[in-house]
Amino acid sequence: MEHYNMNLTLKVWRQQNTRTAGRFETYKVSEVSSEMSFLEMIDVLNERLTSEGKEPIAFDHDCREGICGSCAMYINGRPHGPWHANTTCQLHMRAYKDGDTIVVEPWRANAFPVIKDLMVDRSAFDRIVQAGGYISVNTGNAVDANAVAVEKEKADESFANAMCIACGACVAACKNSSAMLFMSAKVAHLSLLPQGAPERNTRVVNMVAQMDKEGFGSCTFQGACESVCPKEIKITSIARLHGEYLSAGLTSNK
Amino acid sequence: MKWSEFFTSSVGKKFVMGFTGLFLISFLVIHVGLNACIWANDNGVMFNKAAHFMGSMVVIRIMEVGLLAGIFLHAIQGLVLTAQNYKRRSVGYAVPMGNTGSPWYSRWMGLLGTLILLFLILHWYNFWIPSRFTGVEEVFIDNKPYDNLYGLMLLTFSNWWVVIVYVLGCISLAYHLMQGFHAAFKSLGFHNRKYLVVIRNVGNVFSIVVSGAFAMMPISMKLGWVS
Repeated sequence: MEHYNMNLTLKVWRQQNTRTAGRFETYKVSEVSSEMSFLEMIDVLNERLTSEGKEPIAFDHDCREGICGSCAMYINGRPHGPWHANTTCQLHMRAYKDGDTIVVEPWRANAFPVIKDLMVDRSAFDRIVQAGGYISVNTGNAVDANAVAVEKEKADESFANAMCIACGACVAACKNSSAMLFMSAKVAHLSLLPQGAPERNTRVVNMVAQMDKEGFGSCTFQGACESVCPKEIKITSIARLHGEYLSAGLTSNK
Repeated sequence: MKWSEFFTSSVGKKFVMGFTGLFLISFLVIHVGLNACIWANDNGVMFNKAAHFMGSMVVIRIMEVGLLAGIFLHAIQGLVLTAQNYKRRSVGYAVPMGNTGSPWYSRWMGLLGTLILLFLILHWYNFWIPSRFTGVEEVFIDNKPYDNLYGLMLLTFSNWWVVIVYVLGCISLAYHLMQGFHAAFKSLGFHNRKYLVVIRNVGNVFSIVVSGAFAMMPISMKLGWVS
């Protein structure tokens, strides 16, 4: 692909902290290489801001390989930018052309309060996982991998759901700020495997209770979450979660 | 897990929406089937007889109470959920996602449902209240008296504005069903992808055929296509 440089206009959300109101700041960025990643472009802008004695734009990032789920940016009306099944860190500037204006916002959801600029507090996801997104394993020697047979189709489906990186794009995209795609991926990942069976009912009940407590909305199966998920988690996982919850709720003795 | 915990959870609320939604869909099948009798072109004889049969059956009358309960539960729960979900994002986006990934009608289910509820109030005023409470003019068929609901339909749909409101109500219903049909199954836990494709397609056809049939009833009467 041919390399080119471009001049861009960036409108970035700047917010000092959770309590203060934010606003958009406009920046002109020149000579941006089409080979840069989106985060590298922000890095270059931040170096300039720092050299000018201004505060750099705060944003989350870690692996920059599309696997940690840290980079949360809502770019031109879409979480993680224009590319399908992609994270912000894997978005490259060849997606844009000279003269483009790019609007960058943080994830918007009351359950994800803005910490600073583009950084939001996603610890609600951690608390949902702590409520039940795990399996209990006895201590001692690891059991042989082949000791428990797992149907291939279920193993594949479980693995597809385990791909979720908890980036929060589903919440950002959802009109209701629902965390159901994230949560359903965790539930499906574990409930499809024999190791997840003993805590199957308590898991889904406790995770839904925590999700409701955190202030996420309910799922109305619109599909926006599925369309922006960088790991292509399917909305059918949410339907599976509903089934798990109904089964747990209707069969419990208490 | 207590019943109260189940039904007040976000998933439990959606279960209620899906269950009542499918119940109301099953009613639509009966309603459209019965109303289609107007196209028998027998001056309303078959339709009036069918309406009389439905109105005089005890089981149907009991189910009517359940139907009203279902409508109000679905409407109230839907409005509450829409309001609760709306409050989950206090600060909106400067650049909204729009139709990326979700059709417009799926995001406006609350509005479409409200339009249907407003339409239903007019519909009850036009037909259900006269039929059940205030009385309808009688007509003799085979020397037996029947409520002339067919005549009431002809009279009601002689006004263009009523016809237009009914058609708009049916358009709202079509879009509401297009999203609600498949979402109801998913809310009840159906997750088999093979069957969900079938459910989605059946839902789309059902939405267009049933709503289209309902819309054609006032149009047929206004334009004199039935006699």
